[in-house]
Amino acid sequence: MNDARSTGDDIDWNDPSIASIRRDMLRFAQMQLRDAGSAEDMVQEALLAAMTSEQAFAGRSALKTWMFAILRNKIVDHIRRHAREISRSQLSAQDDDEGEGEDGLDMIFNRKMMWSSGHWNHEDGPDTWSDPDEALSQKQFWTIFDACVNHLPEKLARIYMMREMLELETDEICRELGISTNNCWVILHRARTGLRACLEDNWFKGDAR
Amino acid sequence: MMNCKQATRLMSEELDRPLKWQERVSLATHNSMCVYCRNYRKHMAFMREAARRYREGLTEQQD
Repeated sequence: MNDARSTGDDIDWNDPSIASIRRDMLRFAQMQLRDAGSAEDMVQEALLAAMTSEQAFAGRSALKTWMFAILRNKIVDHIRRHAREISRSQLSAQDDDEGEGEDGLDMIFNRKMMWSSGHWNHEDGPDTWSDPDEALSQKQFWTIFDACVNHLPEKLARIYMMREMLELETDEICRELGISTNNCWVILHRARTGLRACLEDNWFKGDAR
Repeated sequence: MMNCKQATRLMSEELDRPLKWQERVSLATHNSMCVYCRNYRKHMAFMREAARRYREGLTEQQD
């Protein structure tokens, strides 16, 4: 062990690595909230909470993970306070356009039919992905991951992120947004299937890596 | 007999709730004959790990 462990008091908040963590936090918050103003507020609150804490860290990635955990809690509180508005303004309006039928899935990413008679078409069937773990340590992979999540229809992206990135239980998501549990599962299935296809097309089969 | 769309729906739901015994049997039967759906399940596990890293801010090379 070395002496690099630091407390909230002696984290250097002007350090360039802190600025880069802040930038990543802002990107994360904007993705979850789709509102630059609220995202900025959440990041400020999280930084303030971090600055006044006595928590000790073993290095930069531990510090970053901890700051992201604070940010995640701030965003969850914000979503809980504003769930009704979110569901009214950004989700309900789109319900009908996307079609609630099972076939709505087929339209994701302009694929006419991902399935025929409920079975994968050969060109759309999930392929073997080579070295997926390696992808997680590549900056370019995360750019594509971001783009693929953002490319999902708004409602799908929202609910996917509430489930996977904010780690809310489906029961809570349905309750907060006023949708049925079954609808929630339909939406998550579509979001995951769409995201999977996008990652396969653009990373695992694409030219990016 | 379960089709791929139904199988992927269950493989999505198993990330959100425990599957019932009958669901697990039907899914295992389908997957034993379908390489696409076996791949789908691996990809779901990968995406969950990616989301965890994303949530924890670990989206770059570790220092």
